[in-house]
Amino acid sequence: MIIIGIESSCDETAVAVVKDKKEVLSSVVASQIDVHTEFGGVVPEVASRIHVENISYCIEKALKDANITMEDVDAVAVTQGPGLIGCLHVGVQAAKTLAFAYHKPLVPVHHLAGHIYANELVVDMKYPVLALVVSGGNTELVYMKDETSFEILGETQDDAIGEAFDKVARVLGLGYPGGPKIDKLAKEGKPVYELAKPKTQGRYDFSFSGLKSSVLQFTKRMERQGKTFDMADLACSFQECALDEIFSRVRAVLDDHKDIRHFVVGGGVSANSRLREKVEELRNEYPEVEFTVPPMYCCTDNASMIGVAGTIAYLSGRRGNASLTADSSLEIQ
Amino acid sequence: MKIEIHSLQETQEFATKMADLCRNKQLVITLDGDLGAGKTTWTKSFGKALGVKNVINSPTFTILKDYKQEGGVPFHHIDAYRLEGKCQDLGFEDCFDEGITVVEWSEFIEDQLPQDHIKISFEEGIDENRTVTLEYTGPVSKSIVEAYHD
Repeated sequence: MIIIGIESSCDETAVAVVKDKKEVLSSVVASQIDVHTEFGGVVPEVASRIHVENISYCIEKALKDANITMEDVDAVAVTQGPGLIGCLHVGVQAAKTLAFAYHKPLVPVHHLAGHIYANELVVDMKYPVLALVVSGGNTELVYMKDETSFEILGETQDDAIGEAFDKVARVLGLGYPGGPKIDKLAKEGKPVYELAKPKTQGRYDFSFSGLKSSVLQFTKRMERQGKTFDMADLACSFQECALDEIFSRVRAVLDDHKDIRHFVVGGGVSANSRLREKVEELRNEYPEVEFTVPPMYCCTDNASMIGVAGTIAYLSGRRGNASLTADSSLEIQ
Repeated sequence: MKIEIHSLQETQEFATKMADLCRNKQLVITLDGDLGAGKTTWTKSFGKALGVKNVINSPTFTILKDYKQEGGVPFHHIDAYRLEGKCQDLGFEDCFDEGITVVEWSEFIEDQLPQDHIKISFEEGIDENRTVTLEYTGPVSKSIVEAYHD
């Protein structure tokens, strides 16, 4: 079975061809990220116009790289949401056009489901699954009783964890992208500075805004008092605090849901080396649970994950028709 | 108008009072202040008071998040943080034409804002102390700001 997946929920226009759920025949990402370090962050080309310019080329290249034609494709999968509405429209419109021009089924997919199912590229997921999705735009804990049911157990109440890393890196003048910079610097430091512990109402929810402010206030306080501080120690203190927040919630879920057989991770922050170490610690604490942190090519925003999610959704009978529209605040179901 | 805030709870109270004045209006509110000044906290309380049921969290990554107020009226939350130094048309005017829109880091999309809007600026003091400045730029925003009582 061959599925073509299309993703355009935010900064990236991406198209991939996936065979039998497991094999990526091609994956094209037209990165729209212009790194302007002078601004200390990503300056996105999120205008729909840019996606429009990219999408036809991406489709053509994905088919060519996979060495197939549209005739060989069994279905067209597309991210329906959530995301920035103008960007989503471009992908959905392209997918609809392809599906109807070539008489192929159209399969709408949720962006978050894509991040989770990306694990299928390296492992067979064993349900019930607990998925942790951590990226610049996502921080969620999702419980999946079976392959097609999603329950969001916890989510960030303010900033996404990747966003907190980027903003703290900017405050510390470390540059962009913030995640790898903090990860690297933290290795040279110790978690000696006390930062505000995040507070949330929900047992499994996250919060990173207070922690981010706490780092900012710490640097201002030091400046006011004319004191110096160790940058590596501060990076380490922040990272430990942020990851403790994540892993205390993960442990709470694993303790409360003894039926969970498999813990998987998705999203770009899974590249963090300390996060990977902490998953190893869990592996020893919960020997009955399988743990997977997939390689980076599965974790970032791309379309192969939409191809995989599309395959699963297609097999479960999910279809979109001519009236399918992008939904910026699509709920997972 | 200047408002002194001394705690998280007072930020929430201020947002709730503003929601009472803005309900059923078509309106844009800009929020300015440094990282950690309380913009997201304010927006969460404001949206909740307008009847938004979903979790309002940071729109920094997707730049725009859409919600529904009580009765299905749109509530848009824009964060232009990532648009610094860029001029591009993202179709924000569609948001400004319906319901209530809260814009963070509005200086990066200043030329796209409607003439008449409410400006809220947070100035950080020590700990949770904030000085909030509430300003209007046209007749609709004027009527709301003048109706506000501390």
